[in-house]
Amino acid sequence: MATLDDDRAGAAPWILSAPALLLFCGLLLVPLLLTFVLSFHVFSDTAGTLAAYTWRNYFEVITDPYYGAIFGRTAGLAFAVTFFCILLGVPETIVLARMKRPWQSICLLIVLGPLLISVVVRTLGWQILLGNNGVLNNALQALHITSEPIRLVFTMTGVIIALTHVLVPFMVMSVWATLQKLDPQVEWAGLSMGASPFRVFRRVVLPQILPGILSGSIIVFALSASAFATPALIGGRRLKVVATAAYDEFLGTLNWPLGATIAVLLLIANVAIVMGCSRLAERRFKHIFD
Amino acid sequence: MSFLTLKGISKRYGDFTAIEQIDLEVERGEFLSLLGPSGCGKTTTLQMVAGFVTPTSGTIMLDGRDITHERPEKRGMGVVFQSYALFPHMTVDGNVGFGLEMRNMKRAARAERVAEALELVRLTGLGGRYPKELSGGQRQRVAIARALAMRPELLLLDEPMSNLDAKLREEMHIELRGIQKRLGITTILVTHDQVEAMTMSDRIAVMHRGTIAQLSTPFEAYERPETPFASAFLGKTNLLPGEVLRRNGRCAEVDVAGTTLKVPHEGRHVQGKVNVYIRPEKVHLAYSGAGDARATGRITTRVFTGNQWLLLIDTALGQVSVAQPNNGAPPPNEGEQVGLMWSDDDLRVLQKEALDGHA
Repeated sequence: MATLDDDRAGAAPWILSAPALLLFCGLLLVPLLLTFVLSFHVFSDTAGTLAAYTWRNYFEVITDPYYGAIFGRTAGLAFAVTFFCILLGVPETIVLARMKRPWQSICLLIVLGPLLISVVVRTLGWQILLGNNGVLNNALQALHITSEPIRLVFTMTGVIIALTHVLVPFMVMSVWATLQKLDPQVEWAGLSMGASPFRVFRRVVLPQILPGILSGSIIVFALSASAFATPALIGGRRLKVVATAAYDEFLGTLNWPLGATIAVLLLIANVAIVMGCSRLAERRFKHIFD
Repeated sequence: MSFLTLKGISKRYGDFTAIEQIDLEVERGEFLSLLGPSGCGKTTTLQMVAGFVTPTSGTIMLDGRDITHERPEKRGMGVVFQSYALFPHMTVDGNVGFGLEMRNMKRAARAERVAEALELVRLTGLGGRYPKELSGGQRQRVAIARALAMRPELLLLDEPMSNLDAKLREEMHIELRGIQKRLGITTILVTHDQVEAMTMSDRIAVMHRGTIAQLSTPFEAYERPETPFASAFLGKTNLLPGEVLRRNGRCAEVDVAGTTLKVPHEGRHVQGKVNVYIRPEKVHLAYSGAGDARATGRITTRVFTGNQWLLLIDTALGQVSVAQPNNGAPPPNEGEQVGLMWSDDDLRVLQKEALDGHA
């Protein structure tokens, strides 16, 4: 056993983390690397994937406006979902944090509920709710708010609603974590200095839960940009996002190299946007983050 | 009319009564402490004055105005919290100036007031730092400066010293009291530390189970406790249970374990079972024989604390603790027989309560 003041910790840390490291390498790094290599292979309509290497796949995806539209749509979707998750999740968490004992646990369970349900079941549930003959449209028509059904299924709106529903729990959880660290007396302090409850929230509470909102946004953005099942089931085949486009290349046209290229570009774009935004936020609110 | 008046204030949470019918008057410029153990309702009382908690019944008047249901942000009181509750994302200047900013004070005037407040707590030059870059003592000063910068009419201190180490705490007692006197600001301090309450206050309200057990000057509270609880909570005391034999004009004769003690009753109608109290420092050792000693006993424990010796002595009356100032010569050793002397005037007698209030 290494003692606390021993500089040489020995092999123990390596041995302890070996299972996780092996799993990480075997199930994530290696396939990722293989996908990356695959994206440079030449594809021929007649002979399939060839053992030759080329930049053509990347050139095709980046220059073709068809893929440009898909990437643009995905980015729009991810930003919209992140925006609505902040809009819904932050107030929701604050309300939750102030609830009394039994209700708090019950409501927290309801909020986290979507995570407990299979993505397919949940999405089909949204189909029933949002469909042209779905509960929502029937209700709207019965109340004479609209005369004909509003198209929600197979539209961007439907996808945004469904994804926001799934991803709000992630926002709630990360904001929850920062709210727990908040000294409840700071709000009273703000009030005692003559700030209205709204100003206390904006000037005292919000800046302190910003790190939680940021980490929640990163999770939500990354997950919605690479979401597959929800866009596929609610958006349908025509409303393609990057993940469904890659899927179609792999399993529809069987153009594996192109599918791999799309996947790699999605990863790069995702990492770039997430890192860029968090860098920006951390620099802007430097003293809150350390 | 007093500056701050609490009339018939009660606070109930469901079945639990936190505060039971409190009446309290605080004069302008006075320093009043609410002293008591945790759970006695002192913090709740302060929070009702600040407006964070609404009383179940009763009224709070500030300078002739009913503020019972006024929102906390309208009350304009300075509050220093136990956790200091500094805004971690703002600099010291930002923290201290926050209240002034909320009053829409111009930047230049604000900077002047902030500098003034920081000077008052001797933190000049640290305005650009963030709270986490400060020591515990400095944070506490920022919290005080932040409350004072608004020049409130009433300053509320909620156990502000409990997170400081003993030495720093003593310094802050003197310093804060000095500032309070200089500014003449009416102050209410909540504390469980009797030394703190005694050092700083004009008056102490000893609180117990949601009521005020005693309200008097620190000296009166210590010398003439009016309830068994106040007597036990303020400083150390020897408690000798006994029974009243006779009550004369000035004195009550109390039988304590077979010995009769003459105790001034101070006009109380004591009868039956009572407690006789005497402070350890009012009991003296009689070295030369037992001639004029009130009691004799054997020293069981002898402890030296630097400025004094603490002795536990087994006597016929029960165990008596004695505090003797260190005058250079050590008192007798453990195991030795000594005589004890005291002046009858230093004895106190209080009726034993049905529900004995020492818990």
